[in-house]
Order: sequence, then C-alpha cells, then structure tokens
Amino acid sequence: MTEGIGADPRNLPAARAADQLGLREVTPARVLLGRAGLGYRTATQLRLRADHAAARDALSVRIELDDPALAALSQRFDILEVATRADSLATHLARPDLGRLLSDESIEQIRSSCASDMDLQILVGDGLSPQAVIAQVPLLLPQLIAGAETRGLSIGRVLFVRHCRVGILNAIGDVLAPRAVVLLVGERPGLATAESLSAYLAWQPRSGHTDADRNLISNIHVDGVGISDAATRILDFIGEFRLRDQSGFTIKEPARPGPGRAVQER
Amino acid sequence: MSFRTTLRGETFVFADLRELFGRANEPKSGDQLAGVAARSERERVAAKIVLADVSVAEILDNPMIDDDVTELIDRDRDKELGATIRGLTVGELREAILAPDFVDTWAGGMARAITPEIAAAVAKIMGARDLISASAPLRVTTSLRNTMGEAGTFGVRIQPNHPTDDIAGVTLSVLDGLLFGCGDAMIGMNPASDDVGTVIELQHALRAVVDRVGAPTQTCVLAHFTTQLAALGQGAPIDLLFQSIGGTEQTNRSFGVSLDALVEGKEQVLEHHRMRGDFLGDNVMYFETGQGSALSAEAHGGLDQLTCEARAYGVARSFDPFLVNSVVGFIGPEYLADSRQIMRAGLEDHFMGKLLGLPMGCDVCYTNHVEADQDTTDQLLILLAAAGCNFVMGVPGSDDVMLNYQSTSFHDAAGVRELLGLRPAPEFDAWLESVGILSQGRLTDGAGSGPMSLPLLGAFPELGS
Repeated sequence: MTEGIGADPRNLPAARAADQLGLREVTPARVLLGRAGLGYRTATQLRLRADHAAARDALSVRIELDDPALAALSQRFDILEVATRADSLATHLARPDLGRLLSDESIEQIRSSCASDMDLQILVGDGLSPQAVIAQVPLLLPQLIAGAETRGLSIGRVLFVRHCRVGILNAIGDVLAPRAVVLLVGERPGLATAESLSAYLAWQPRSGHTDADRNLISNIHVDGVGISDAATRILDFIGEFRLRDQSGFTIKEPARPGPGRAVQER
Repeated sequence: MSFRTTLRGETFVFADLRELFGRANEPKSGDQLAGVAARSERERVAAKIVLADVSVAEILDNPMIDDDVTELIDRDRDKELGATIRGLTVGELREAILAPDFVDTWAGGMARAITPEIAAAVAKIMGARDLISASAPLRVTTSLRNTMGEAGTFGVRIQPNHPTDDIAGVTLSVLDGLLFGCGDAMIGMNPASDDVGTVIELQHALRAVVDRVGAPTQTCVLAHFTTQLAALGQGAPIDLLFQSIGGTEQTNRSFGVSLDALVEGKEQVLEHHRMRGDFLGDNVMYFETGQGSALSAEAHGGLDQLTCEARAYGVARSFDPFLVNSVVGFIGPEYLADSRQIMRAGLEDHFMGKLLGLPMGCDVCYTNHVEADQDTTDQLLILLAAAGCNFVMGVPGSDDVMLNYQSTSFHDAAGVRELLGLRPAPEFDAWLESVGILSQGRLTDGAGSGPMSLPLLGAFPELGS
C-alpha cells in the first residue's frame, strides 16, 4: 500500500523529494497546499469554489435509461424503471421516507413483470448522484451478473429505481422476497468526485430492517474501489450471507484490504 | 396533561410534553419531516412561551419515551442536587444559567443533576448569543495522552481519510495537519473499510506516525466498536474506543450498539491501557452524534431531533468520554436544510453538551446537497470557538475525499486559533514549540507551507518504510 514512496529519499531536499516521489499522488486529499497568512492561496480558494459549483450542478442531472450512456445496458438486461413515492427531485431530497417506498403503480408493475424468490435481486438507484450511476453501473452490472451466473445464482430482473433511498431494499424485499438484494446507488456527490457509487447489500430484507442488517461497499469509482474488485466483494458477501443466513454488522468482510463500510446516506 | 396559552388573542393547545417540545424548536427540516414541528411561526413562539413556564419537576417526572436510554439517564443523574432545581421553571433556569455565578454551581456538580431533556428545554428558549455566552465559561477538561478542554485552548482532530485507506496517503494527510499545529484532539480516521485486518493495519500506522514524530496525542480508527475490539484482540494499539450513538434505544440498535456491550468494550480498553501503561488519564471513549440520526433510523419515537440529540449526550455522559463530536451538517438537507439550520443546531448541540458536562466538539460541516457553503463553516467555526468548543475537525483543504462532504480545514483551525488567541492542548503545544511548528503560539513561517515544511517533522523520509 506504500508504492510510490518506497525509494530512499533521505538525502533529498523535501520539496524536490516530494515531487520526485510523487507525494501528492498517494492521496486525492488536498494536502501540501501552502497558505496565504492562515488563509488559502487564491488558487486554492477559487478551486474549492469551482469544485463545489460542479458538485452542486451534478445533483440536478436526471438519469434516462434511453440515454446513450445507458441504452445498451438497459436493453441487454431488460432493465425495468420503477419509481418511489418521491415524485420530484425536491421531494427526494427533503423526504427520505418517501424515497424508501415504491409507488403503488411500481408495486403493480413489479408484481406483474418480475420473478420473485430469486437468489439475487439487483437494484440500481439514482440516489444522490446520477453521474455515479452513469459512470459505474455500465461497467459493474455486467461483471456482477456474469459472476452471479458463474456461481449458479438465479437472478431477478434488474430494476432501476428513480428517487431512490437505501431503505428501498426493504420495500423490494416485501414485494419480491428475494434472498440477496444488491442496491447500486449514487453516493452524495463529493468535491473530488461526483462519480462514487455504493453497493448496499441485504439478506432477505423486509420492512423494519435497518442499516444494522445491511452491508456496504462504498467508494466505487476510479480513485477508489475498482469495478472488478467491487463485483467480487459483492459476490463474496452474498456467499457469507448464504452461509450465515443473515447480513448486517455481524458479518465481517473476509479479510482483504480496501473499502467496505462507511457512514453513508440512508 | 395538556398545555395551553393565548397569544395575541389566539389560543394554542399542546397535547403533552412531547408535542410541546417539538413545537418549541427553532425550524429544522427533520422536525417537519417527523411531523413534530410547529405549524406556524406563531405556534412556535406560543410553544416557547408555554415551555418557559413548565417546571423542571414536571419534565423530570414525565419521561417522554420508555427505553433503556431513559433508564440510563435516570440512573445516572444526581437526584439530590436535582432536587434543588425542581421548583424552577425552564425560563427561570435559563436565567440562572446566564447568571455569572452559574459556572460555580455547575462545576459543583449541577452538570450531573441536569438531564438531557432539561438541557434541550432550555436550549429551545435561548437565542444564539445565549447559547454561546452560556457555554463559554463551562470548561470540561479530560485527559488521555494529553489534556483537552482547558480555558484558552481549542483542539483539532486531524481527519486523514482516504478512499482506499492507503497508508502512505493517510500518513501524508496526518503530517500535513501536524504542520498546521492540528492533531491535539486526536488523529482520528474514518476507515473506508470496516474489515478487521484493515483496521489493525491503520491503527498500527497511525500510532507509528505519532510515535515517530513524538506528538503527545491519541489515535483512533473510527470503525464500528465491535471491529475495533476485534482489532484490539489481535494486538492493535487502541487509544480511543469510538462509536456513533443516538438518543433512543432503537437508534442505538440500528447502529448495532447495545449499552451493555459498550460498557464491556470500555472495560476492555481500560484494561489494555493498564497493560500499555503510558496514559495520563482514563477518558477512553469517543462518541459521535448528530441531530436527525434517530429520525434517519426511524427510531425517534415521536421526539424532536434536538431532544433526541440531548439524550445521546445522556448516553455519552455515563461513559466519561474523552471527546464528543456533534457532526452537525453531515446528515443532509432532510434533517438540517440549510446554513441557518446547521448553524443553529451546532450552537445548540455545543451548549447542551457543555451544560451536561461533556467535552463537546463539533464537526462543522455540510454536504453538497444542502443549501450551505464554505461561508457557513467559516461562520459556525468562529462562533463555536468563541463559545469554548473543545475541538473541531481538520481535513485537508476542508474536503473529505472518502466521506464526500466538506468540513473545516487545517487552515481554518489554525486561522481561528490565531484570530481568537487560542492554543492547542498544553502538552501538544509544548511539542509544537519544540519542533518549531509554533513559536510563541504562532505558526512559524516554515510550517504549513507545502512540501517545504515536511523536514520540520523529520518523519517524511520514513513515510514509506
């Protein structure tokens, strides 16, 4: 985990050593910024503003399954779009309770066109960053499904849930009674990236289940958890769930370095 | 028993204490979401007027929720001293708290007589300046590897988060923070992974950096407490045992927390410290809280979010924690909608925590989907520093690249210390002076100036080894 600064820099002046060793490459954090008095350098100050502006604007992007970025994926897996009871972006942001429930129409749609009692049900949710879904899901979903097939799991029809909160896991559990459910959902957009995806995992979710019953792999993006790694870890978790017949905080991820659980949007 | 008042010819009725408490809050989107908020500005003020006349006894004798947190709070309070304030109304108690001699009464044990619900009630009828002025004299001092909370000090936690927990990246963020004089509160990292192996590795890495530079401070890896204890069992050096907690039994359950297990965990860490034997004090717990967490877990039981938050402090108090952190703007706009609500909540939380005798700090922060920006954190940071807040966060450039939100930066913390003449914890202060990061309390020219500053800590060549 310490590549990049393994060389012996003891004899170099710090500034040159820092550059030579690519010190700042070891983290996307805003380190070694310098200062103006005890304020930011002007470039830092304005860069922060610019990145915040981009993150703010990213919120209002709307996912359409027939957009070029998602159309092929959507057709290949016959993704069904459903909606929560949050019927606008404003409602979605202000009313997480509505984002955890399916609209009546969607419940009917799911009942009439999706198989229940499957080993694995995959959900894609816009969450708080549509850009994360657009960037990561076209790569992750095929790998996840291929891996699940290899392991012999029966897989339900993939659902895209608009204005989705993590609690939708319970609502889907109530309607379709799948064993494992995976929700691929856009995390709150950060300054460094608006493309970070989370995978929330639950075993036989039902109304009343909470975060304590769920597992999380967060920070799926280009500077975080890679796509293949994410797919494998999701499937490994599901293996653990099957073995232990439960999910949640009592399930510790099989030892491997890398992200797993963090405080996230519910 | 219901409550009523007539305000400018209009009569307002409140069914019970719980309803009255909700209606009397300053505006919060979370209370609206929960359906407990006032339905008009007139109703809000009417509720405050009624609440000001409610006696302390009435609140003490009528628990608003029946769970293990209520039991804990009742068991933990000083009933003898509490008897001396039973006859006061909430309004009278507010005035008593604002009186110059209150600090002596408080230090004499009254902090332990006041319950979370009482603290919440008083906060509801205070203005922002009340919340600041009342807090400032209430100093809560704790110790572990250094001493936090003394008058004239202002602590900073370095939060060196990294999206893949890369140790070189984390270490660089730690050094960057130390070079701004930050890190006395702790080097406290949120791991992206809750995997035990990663947590062990991070615990060793943080301890190694701190030992190498010789900084008298404590480290913490903020995984679930069961993961930290598993790491402890496998030889990881644990200074602080962290856990997020809430103000109802059900909230704690949603966090995977039982109070008994937490008590047991604390004992394990104390035992581990006795074996390591190099600690100044025995405040070993670190808690994080935040208004809205109970509602977010659908576990508020009809209580408003300010009262739930105060009750979380009731839980924290029974553990004699080293520090408590209200992560005030993290939760999102459905609980605190904008800059105004975040600032109000930050001041309320700090006041309630101090009144209850807690070493209160605040993660002054916001997320990108809330109506706030860096000006919000600038303002609340200065207000809280003036209020005597024990510590705040230091995040490189204010941008947490793992949790995806903005907090306060090393620059912010150092700048506010200098603005208000505040110093780090004394042991840490002495260390900063000894290595040349501070000189007579001011950041030296060579400190915090980018890569050029790294040799000050001499640790940089060791980074990768």
